Amino acid sequence: MKFLTTNFVRCAIKSCDGAVNSFPLKYSEIELVQEEQDFQPEFILGILPRLDWPAILKVAADLGNTSLPSQLPEIDINDPSNEILLKDLHTLLIETQLVQGKMICENCNHVYHIKDSIPNFLLPPHLAN
Amino acid sequence: MAKWYLVYLAQSHPGFRKAELESIADLLDIEASFESHDMDHPFMTVLLEDDEQAMKLAQRSIFVRGVYELWGEGSDLDSLHADVKSKSSHYWPDYMTCSFKFDLVGYQGKRNRKDQVQLFESFAYLAFEGPIKMKQPDQIFTILEEYHVVGREPAATPDRMWLGRQVALGQREFKLLENYHLKNRSYTSTTSFEAELSLITCNIAQAAPGKLLYDPFTGTGSFLVAAAYFGALCFGSDIDIRVLRGKDSKSIKTNFKQYGKGYLLGDVLTMDFTHDAFRKSLRMDTIVCDPPYGIREGVKVCGAKNEDRFVGKESVLVDGQLAHTRRDYIQPKKPYELDALLDDLLQFASERLPVGGRLCFWMPTENDAQQESRIPQHHNLELRYNLVQSFDKWARRLLCYVKRDDDYVGTTLTKDQRTVKNNFRVRYFQGFNKQPST
Repeated sequence: MKFLTTNFVRCAIKSCDGAVNSFPLKYSEIELVQEEQDFQPEFILGILPRLDWPAILKVAADLGNTSLPSQLPEIDINDPSNEILLKDLHTLLIETQLVQGKMICENCNHVYHIKDSIPNFLLPPHLAN
Repeated sequence: MAKWYLVYLAQSHPGFRKAELESIADLLDIEASFESHDMDHPFMTVLLEDDEQAMKLAQRSIFVRGVYELWGEGSDLDSLHADVKSKSSHYWPDYMTCSFKFDLVGYQGKRNRKDQVQLFESFAYLAFEGPIKMKQPDQIFTILEEYHVVGREPAATPDRMWLGRQVALGQREFKLLENYHLKNRSYTSTTSFEAELSLITCNIAQAAPGKLLYDPFTGTGSFLVAAAYFGALCFGSDIDIRVLRGKDSKSIKTNFKQYGKGYLLGDVLTMDFTHDAFRKSLRMDTIVCDPPYGIREGVKVCGAKNEDRFVGKESVLVDGQLAHTRRDYIQPKKPYELDALLDDLLQFASERLPVGGRLCFWMPTENDAQQESRIPQHHNLELRYNLVQSFDKWARRLLCYVKRDDDYVGTTLTKDQRTVKNNFRVRYFQGFNKQPST
């Protein structure tokens, strides 16, 4: 599971729909791996408008990274000094893999698991019916 | 000023071609009309702004074999020459000194070497002075011919001939379909979707760089691989963890690596589509899928088939931990009605797609007259294409819907209103022999 995906998923239980605490999930006991991927600056730039930046900060803090800027800076792709920032975002969003661990909904406390890099959002019967 | 081009198309799935070309033109802001398209013929003339637009079309289309600046056409060689002389002489001066060669493309017919040379020499009046180069000439002038078939043999003379300056060849001329063919892909299964139609589906869905594509029934990720070819960021989910995990260290991930698109695979998630985990504010630009119709995989969702058996199980403890929150807990699944799943899919698409975003999915149907009444509809989704691929006793349809704004009031056809249920699975196993039971 890429770090990016933590910014896209919330609790799957219907009664948590709309609850502020159901996104982002809390990430705990996470095993991380860096996995190299092609760096495509324009691709990263294209992803930025989709991000919920406060949620990026929160999950990064869960995982021990508190070095991110509190606001997502404006990025001009033609400005070479931005290359470093885009590269950092690439490393964080695309190359950081959550391989094992727990994802916990802070609204209902349900625990989901990441198994071998694949997050599992299947629900037990009493939460699915 | 716009000019005429000849487009040479593959004849593999002619019923899908116009939709593909229109979708590409819409995506890339190419102004063109494909109304003259005829399923029975591989050649069509199209008015395009310039060579750049022609190249864009050729680069992106799966059907296009080649695009040529049209210099003339005719029903035989004499009328072709007359047309070339009357319509294209203003093009000639630009090509007086460049290197060039002539080429011949025959559809359902060919000429022997001697005939070819004679044919090429009959254009001597163009009086090009540049050198003839067989390898990488500056320009290729192509004579294209369409023959009809008599019995099993091609007719002696073509029905139609064209002369064109080659502007671009399509990617299928460069082994695209071989590279993406399932037999050359590292991870596949019996549910993998064939490469050519996967690519065409993603073209009609307008997958593109900067867009996010989601396949809720992704299986081995056939549509994801195709969408990544077009540069989209791909997310997939499936209720079956085994298919996502892969086997023998082969998985969807290794497929993406094989095609050099690793960075475009967002993730695949184990998920029951009817209980999805994507935050509501996440924009999904396009949704593409082949729902589980039950020939290989039946429709399943999370839940207990027999609820009584699970009463009280939510408080069972294992080693002091709630059983259903443990890593090794296996969530029970229950069967679900296909028609309800399709309604869920349309509802989901209407909530998540931006205005103009597309939902494309495949639906198998029988070859009978009642099929239109089985197609689900949602009032915010315009059914843009309904394309049929026919087999002997059944067919499958690619349905493409476009999300419209709230002012749009289209047809609604939910499962309760659809007069004929989609009992495809039952009918498939009956061999389509008996009368359909409704």
